[in-house]
Amino acid sequence: MEAQTAYVIDTFFALFAFVLIIFMVPGFAMLEAGLVRTKNVTAVLMMNTMIYAIASMAFLLVGYSIAFGSFGSDSMSQWAAFLFQMAFVGKVINIMSGGVSERAKIIPLTIFAVVMSAVIYPLVVNVSWGSDILADTFLDLSMYDLAGSTVIHSTGGWALLAAILIIGARKGRYPKNGGVRVIPASNIPLVTLGGFLLWIGWFGFNGGSVGSIASKENADAVALTILNTNTAGLAGAIVSGILMYITYKKLDITMVLNGALGGLVAITAGPDLYNIYQPILIGGIGGALVVFAVPMFDKLKLDDPVGALSVHLVNGIWGTLAVGIFASSPSDGITFTGQLKGVVVVAVFAFISSYIVLFTINKLIPLKVTNDEELEGLDVNECGVEAYPEFKRAF
Amino acid sequence: MKRIEAVIKPFKLEDVKDALTEAGITGMTVSDVKGYGRQQGHSELYRGAEYVVDFLPKIKLDLVVSEEDVDKTVEIIANAAKTGKIGDGKIFVSPIERIVRIRTGEEDEEAI
Repeated sequence: MEAQTAYVIDTFFALFAFVLIIFMVPGFAMLEAGLVRTKNVTAVLMMNTMIYAIASMAFLLVGYSIAFGSFGSDSMSQWAAFLFQMAFVGKVINIMSGGVSERAKIIPLTIFAVVMSAVIYPLVVNVSWGSDILADTFLDLSMYDLAGSTVIHSTGGWALLAAILIIGARKGRYPKNGGVRVIPASNIPLVTLGGFLLWIGWFGFNGGSVGSIASKENADAVALTILNTNTAGLAGAIVSGILMYITYKKLDITMVLNGALGGLVAITAGPDLYNIYQPILIGGIGGALVVFAVPMFDKLKLDDPVGALSVHLVNGIWGTLAVGIFASSPSDGITFTGQLKGVVVVAVFAFISSYIVLFTINKLIPLKVTNDEELEGLDVNECGVEAYPEFKRAF
Repeated sequence: MKRIEAVIKPFKLEDVKDALTEAGITGMTVSDVKGYGRQQGHSELYRGAEYVVDFLPKIKLDLVVSEEDVDKTVEIIANAAKTGKIGDGKIFVSPIERIVRIRTGEEDEEAI
């Protein structure tokens, strides 16, 4: 194909993928707004809005340069290349913020979002996809991670784990006499809408990560990637639904949607490497992991109202290792040990750096609201705007 | 004058209202309430954890009738709200001292 035509097509493709990924902004927002209680809905939506604005801005001003050195692309408009990369940064932070919903203060969490999007995440991108400051050291990563099972999902998950350890659980979630007090979701239709918006966004997230569509080979690679991405989501939903029914004799939609998302995270490391049937197994295992991980994190008293640890952290690790299991190809530098090394190096860096930054912020401005504010709800105290002022408050 | 309060299953409200209207007893105030008696709560499941919902949604009817209508009204409500299963609710009857119709200033029996 003529070079200029390919340039235009790839630019268009990157912009299209960018727009699809931005659909994940309302995706996360609706999913989280539905899973929290009505008294905390505005605060969650405010956090999502701030993340999109601030994380994207920080990535424009600082983060992109840290990750990739400078603007520039030979195969498409450099501005399209930037926008596509910028679309990811908010997702990393969203994963972290969702899991500490209903008790984290907006302003200190936003300060962490700035550090995460300007420095922590760009450094992870740097060593995985970007200019690679670790090249020629013993830490140099050979990990294959097409769209970020580790780079995005696990990185966000490790930051969330650090945040949960520092902030603690919602009030009354783990009573002194043992067990778990269930805090049910307030709006299941919103959860469903959010889950499917995320699913749609994933087609741009993974498809766009192939990088080019302007040749027969690349067009096939993009289509295979999107097919495999979708298949993994289907398998995650089916397996988590079956397991929920076998275990509890009930079909919980919030778990089935989490299972679908778990499958989508699991496929994200290598959707272009698998045949069209392997994603059924990879996504299915992803869905199963969610069903087992959600109660496991509750046993550990790690309070995660939206299941982000189970979906993003657990499946980010599984998805990255799955590349080493199903698509190992030493001649291309893809090995299980290489994948494992990537998981471990990113885990150590993301968790420790997030913990230090969050710990420091927490000393300056406490990350958790007071008991009274938590009881009354974050909407009134943090935003002054209730999400559903005409409805009776649900306690 | 007696006040009749009836706590019933929400889906029985239409039946009770229709039966009362048919018998010529008009006017009532309805509120959404939650509660339990012998029925107690039921358990639900959320994300793999079971929890008990102690208070179940019910409807409370409030109406005031003259002495001669009391037995008839109670019987109509009891029949219309009955399913025979646990959780059908209760009817309470209590005396009323005074009634005022705000628009006209009519009092007591005239204001029912």
